[in-house]
Amino acid sequence: MRRPNLPAHADCTLASLESEAIEILREGVATAARPVMLYSIGKDSSVLLHLARKAFWPAPPPMPLLHVDTTWKFREMIAFRDRVAAEAGVELIVHTNRVGLDAGITPFTHGCEHYTGVMKTVALRQALDAGRYDMIFVGARRDEEKSRAKERVFSHRNAAHRWDPRAQRPELWNLYNTRLAPGESLRVSPLSNWTEVDVWRYIGRESIPIVPLYYAAERPVVERDGQWIMVDDDRIPLLPGEVPQLRRVRFRTLGCYPLTAAVESDADTLDAIIAETLAADHSEREGRLIDHDGEASMERKKREGYF
Amino acid sequence: MRPTLRFVLCGSVDDGKSTLLGRILRDTRQVFADEMERVTEDSRRYGTRRGAADLALLVDGLQDEREQGITIDVAYRALDTPRRRFLVADAPGHEQYTRNMATGASSADLAVVMVDARRGVLPQTARHTRIVAMFGVRQIVLAVNKMDLVEWDRAAFESVASPYRGMADEIGVAEVVPIPVSALTGDNLTRPCAEAPWYAGPTLLDRLSAVEVGQPAGERPLRMPVQYVNRPNPDFRGYCGRVAAGRVAPGDRVLVSPAGTEAEVESIVVWRGTREGAARGDSVTLTLKPDVDVSRGDVIVAAEDPLEVADQFQARILWMGDEALAVGRPYRMKLHASEVGATVTRIRHRIDVSSGQRLAAARLELNDLGVVNLATDRPVPFAPFEESRALGGFIVIDRATNATVGAGTITYSLMRAANLKWQDFDIDGEVRARLKRQRARCLWLTGLPASGKSTVANLLERRLVIEGRHTYLLDGDNVRHGLNRDLGFTEADRVENIRRVAEVARLMVDAGLIVVVSFISPFRSERDFARGLFEPGDFMEIFVDASLEACVRRDPKGLYARAMRGEMSNFTGIDSPYERPERPDLHLDTEKLTPEECVELVMGSLA
Repeated sequence: MRRPNLPAHADCTLASLESEAIEILREGVATAARPVMLYSIGKDSSVLLHLARKAFWPAPPPMPLLHVDTTWKFREMIAFRDRVAAEAGVELIVHTNRVGLDAGITPFTHGCEHYTGVMKTVALRQALDAGRYDMIFVGARRDEEKSRAKERVFSHRNAAHRWDPRAQRPELWNLYNTRLAPGESLRVSPLSNWTEVDVWRYIGRESIPIVPLYYAAERPVVERDGQWIMVDDDRIPLLPGEVPQLRRVRFRTLGCYPLTAAVESDADTLDAIIAETLAADHSEREGRLIDHDGEASMERKKREGYF
Repeated sequence: MRPTLRFVLCGSVDDGKSTLLGRILRDTRQVFADEMERVTEDSRRYGTRRGAADLALLVDGLQDEREQGITIDVAYRALDTPRRRFLVADAPGHEQYTRNMATGASSADLAVVMVDARRGVLPQTARHTRIVAMFGVRQIVLAVNKMDLVEWDRAAFESVASPYRGMADEIGVAEVVPIPVSALTGDNLTRPCAEAPWYAGPTLLDRLSAVEVGQPAGERPLRMPVQYVNRPNPDFRGYCGRVAAGRVAPGDRVLVSPAGTEAEVESIVVWRGTREGAARGDSVTLTLKPDVDVSRGDVIVAAEDPLEVADQFQARILWMGDEALAVGRPYRMKLHASEVGATVTRIRHRIDVSSGQRLAAARLELNDLGVVNLATDRPVPFAPFEESRALGGFIVIDRATNATVGAGTITYSLMRAANLKWQDFDIDGEVRARLKRQRARCLWLTGLPASGKSTVANLLERRLVIEGRHTYLLDGDNVRHGLNRDLGFTEADRVENIRRVAEVARLMVDAGLIVVVSFISPFRSERDFARGLFEPGDFMEIFVDASLEACVRRDPKGLYARAMRGEMSNFTGIDSPYERPERPDLHLDTEKLTPEECVELVMGSLA
């Protein structure tokens, strides 16, 4: 299946998406006691940070960036993160679940689901509790996944960080109810109405820097269950007979390298990426191994406080 | 280039909304192969199509929804076609999830209302139509679905379309385009249907692609609610917000509402620079000169066209709280960027969602629609919702639970406090009226003797006084006891009679009063003379209409009897003509309406 080519309305669409996102960012900050932005270093985070810089210019974004570091991110991501935060003039908070780390929990030893629960979901809850954040900006888009399509722009979390999909607050017009009881918080998604292609076009329009892993290059990979996994460091246990090979690949989404599959591609420019995205017949989340385990896995993770 | 069209899919449960959206997504190639694979898998488990792919599962994204085969919450999907970007809200059909449906309806430019061709217009269809209309949707596409199950029968289509049109018309929806479709087969969604040669209209997608939305920017005066004050250092104060109406450019004179302080736009600040102008929909940062005091919740408006400021309103409310709305209970109200305390002082009536009938009500329960009087704890700048969604729509928040319990639209303010720098004016009619917190007007009631003018006038004045208005009632008979005691019933005297009454009414309007004139005033030329004394809009001609037979039957003072016996001459209706108003501002048929209903209509037209 093919998607239609670049439509004539793209500029107009981007302009209104940008204004809407800036409005959401300002509304959140204006009503927050302790705002924070979850920064995952991916393309959506890059766009979100860029929008925050625009929304509050000439001030720097009035909230810190929070990165939940599982210690399994691609090395290029970490270098990029530190550079970008410094350039934007924002505080960067990096949190790792020390308990999980000391217990030796890795994606290879404990299975994807348990690893994600401890090193991402629990780690996030620890960091949010420590910072007592009430307004948590995230780069989620409704087109990513079916349960996200159901989520409000200002999405309520109880004091245990749980989402209750059956009791969402009505969200009328652009009037966001930001009232909270102690301990409660809101996950705010300024990119709710953006699509994957919008994100790429906007990155192009605004010349937003992104992690080079999004561009095709020769990288060492191994094939597992029909997917290309990059050998980013020597912690990946190679199976008997498994030899890393160089392939021209790139990533549609970024996460922990053992859980993020690469796609074979020649797209080494933004235009080529956009063309590839438009022609793609599989969703970007296909490369994320955590989405596949179990029915409705994303909704359940969100109920538990995952972002 | 057409801007994004936001539309809501609504209608009763099982009329096929999610299936239709899933089908459109698939037929416009918006579905990835892995998404489709998962739907096929899910269909075997939950599907309602005996194993065949159930396209509703593309959008019913919650686990509860898939398990129960229903839509609980609204799903949003972006849909790209070469012609246009769509943002679709797929709303739940069950009555218990009306608040989720309202969430989807509130930001829609257009509604696609679905009806099952076999079941026709249901109460829930009417409820959804009323709700989308309340939220300002003026264009509806009626998708008559499941046409394949009635063999594409034209009569079946018409038997849904025509009663629906009638209902929509009554509710005030300007445009209804009915289209026969089948969500299951995809006919008339993205491609025409071969089985219905009698249908020559557009497909659903064609219609949606062609629709014009929104008002052209710049036609209305500037309104920008201030969301956030940006003060990074002592040298910079920027006011951030999204332009709700009009345009702005450096050098423009503006007022800060509600304070009314005047300033000039110094610059429009954007990232790493400034820009020369901004229009409706743009998120901007303004700096002002001089740097006057501005806070979140204020509205920056065009100096020549200030915004109304009030603390008492009439509003429509859709109640969404599990606990009923209680009169007198303090709530929070969020209107643009201002959050104030608010209480409902009176529930005027509840609206029956299927019939539209007004019903007396002491409370508004979950999913009830009603009209209320509201009082806020401080004056807020606003515009009636009809003029501006951004400045006239509000939400109600429960103080204890922080839940969003109501959505409302302001009809008008009950006491006006227009936001002008009034010291700049000499004392004139406007200043006098503003002191009384009202708009002065002459309400001229004309009609045959015994048509009901005095009854309506009396009730109307009582009603106005209850709402805190300052009034005077000039009654034809009473005036003849004093001011016009010297006048008889000759042609010349009658003209003079009218002239004096119209002049007195004009003086009283200038004094700031709402003047109710109850006068037979049978001649068009006389009424036109009276109208000519007032500013446009300050004079309302209200035709109190009853047939001569009805008036003769009523005849409370026995005057018709006397005239018919020849004891009186020049009696209007008997031996002197009554020239019916050709285009009255309001027409009250007192044979069909009760006096109370007449008053309601007058009050409504004063908005």
